[in-house]
Amino acid sequence: MSTVSVTAPSQIRTAGRTGPLGLFRDIGIVMTRELRPLLHDPFSVIFGMVQPLVFLGLFGPLLVGSLGGQAGTALGNGGVWQWFVPAILVMTALFGTSTTGASLLFEFQTGAHERMLVTPLSRPSLLIGRALKEMVPLAGQAVIIVLVMIPFGFRLHLAGALVGLALLAVFGIGLGALSYALAIAVRKQDWMFWVVQQTLIFPLMLLSGMLLPLETGPGWMRAAAQLNPLAYLVDAERALFAGRIGTATVLWGWVAALVTAAVGLAVGVRAMARSAD
Amino acid sequence: MIDARSLTRDFVVSRSQTVHAVRGISLRIEPGELVAVLGPNGAGKTTTMRMLTTLIAPTSGTATVAGHDVVRQPAQVRRHIGYVGQGNGAGHTQRVRDELNTQGSIYGLDRRAARQRAAELLDALDLTELATRKVSALSGGQRRRLDVAMGLVHGPSLLFLDEPSTGLDPQNRANLWEHILRMRAEHEMTVVLTTHYMDEADSMAERVVVVDHGEIIADDSAATLKAKLAGDRIVVTVAGDDARPLARLVDRLPGARDVVCDGNRVQAHVGNGPAALPELLRAAVAADVPVATAQVHQPTLDDVFLALTGRSLREGENEHGNPQDAKTPKDVPA
Ligand SMILES: Nc1ncnc2c1ncn2[C@@H]1O[C@H](COP(=O)(O)OP(=O)(O)OP(=O)(O)O)[C@@H](O)[C@H]1O
Ligand SMILES: [Mg+2]
Repeated sequence: MSTVSVTAPSQIRTAGRTGPLGLFRDIGIVMTRELRPLLHDPFSVIFGMVQPLVFLGLFGPLLVGSLGGQAGTALGNGGVWQWFVPAILVMTALFGTSTTGASLLFEFQTGAHERMLVTPLSRPSLLIGRALKEMVPLAGQAVIIVLVMIPFGFRLHLAGALVGLALLAVFGIGLGALSYALAIAVRKQDWMFWVVQQTLIFPLMLLSGMLLPLETGPGWMRAAAQLNPLAYLVDAERALFAGRIGTATVLWGWVAALVTAAVGLAVGVRAMARSAD
Repeated sequence: MIDARSLTRDFVVSRSQTVHAVRGISLRIEPGELVAVLGPNGAGKTTTMRMLTTLIAPTSGTATVAGHDVVRQPAQVRRHIGYVGQGNGAGHTQRVRDELNTQGSIYGLDRRAARQRAAELLDALDLTELATRKVSALSGGQRRRLDVAMGLVHGPSLLFLDEPSTGLDPQNRANLWEHILRMRAEHEMTVVLTTHYMDEADSMAERVVVVDHGEIIADDSAATLKAKLAGDRIVVTVAGDDARPLARLVDRLPGARDVVCDGNRVQAHVGNGPAALPELLRAAVAADVPVATAQVHQPTLDDVFLALTGRSLREGENEHGNPQDAKTPKDVPA
């Protein structure tokens, strides 16, 4: 245990450190580190899926019972599952990525984040790498849900589904980044994280038309939904999973997802730069 | 290697309360030095290290670390230093070996070199059997060893260690030191560390910086500090209950000061304890003073701290383990 030849530290990096190349490398390192626990313990993807699965199992059948007869009117043609499953995928993204900041909060407490801040890793990479990683569990969760629902009569339009998955991933990056930004903002009163997250998540969910069609709601609700990026996302996912790829609805979904991602990353990177104090 | 000038750092805790954690620290450390920073809890050791490692900005003052300004060129500083913080650096959901590999790749080792370096450090810090364990499943001391291993991955030219050995058993402390000292010799590493283990600072560091209330109150080699500030002490008792004749003899010893006579017991600081004691015994025999027991206490850094501040670093513990010592005036807590 004592005879050690120490690797020459001369190979320690000096080149390729700065500039975009260095940033990509750093993002890759952070992302790989974040993905490792998932790789060792793949079943942990189930963790973020509990709520969506509860809704799928306990709310879905109610929808079938109460709205089933209206298929073709409010829900468009294709039946309740065709309408509900894409929304559940968005719900998975919502619950999974909005809670991800809690892991960073924990690293603040232990000192793991401090250790990363002293390394030459660029500050933005510490956030971007984490946010990008959100795509992976999200994609895994979406695939599981779709596969589970096929035996119940859910019909899959493969091309639309793949685009839908990509759309979800972009949105997940944005929401994940916002979740990390929230964690950084409240790091000195960490209980605030859950207060804010819970306070925001349910209005966002209900005002997106995820669970019930907004068309039957009052006017003010429909107006509020117009300001909710999640509503555009839900509509776009429904269109995509019905195979309608080249529509304006889908385009608006992309706008909502890309804006969320851009805002999330910008806010998150700024927060990360000030996260040492 | 380090040139800090009048560093201060305030923490605003609430509108009415500001903590002056560091109140003007100036410190020069040359390449290759091994410096131990000592001080009681809350003295400002960690805060000073966090400023020098670019984690927090000083409220005032400047510091150049590894040739770069900590405020204006933090990225340059980070590239040249290593830091093992007081907390746990490893992520709890990660595996031991993975964290070491990640650390290697952060500092630009390719995959193979990172793996090799990780294996070396696992071996050196006796972690090999735990390599595939999750960090959350490690004991406190095992986690601490992993923290240190991560700090050593890239063999930095300047290494900061904030209480590296806290929580380690004696075997692992010795292991850790062996490794730090070897790396230091091989890479001419400069090491700055904090510790609450007096013996560690005493035996390992060539230079001891004592910090109290956010200020440096002493800065010298352990030997010089002890000789200058504490000195050898003798404690002698007589058979019977009057030590005053003995105290008069003690007073005549070379370098004798602070002679305290207390019942049948005399204690004093003397220039050279081991030489003074036989001399005293001869004088006592000649003067027919019946000496019962005689001891020499050589000073520790704790005595140095006591002499400097009037407080003991060992909280709640009497500094010499003798209840009567508590009566001497300098033992009264400030
Ligand atoms: N983030 C912070 N906010 C407010 N006060 C702080 C903060 N960090 C440190 N302090 C205060 O600053 C002072 C110095 O703390 P510091 O952590 O530097 O002490 P230390 O010498 O490292 O002590 P220890 O031996 O316990 O590690 C303490 O009074 C502490 O309460
Ligand atoms: Mg400390």
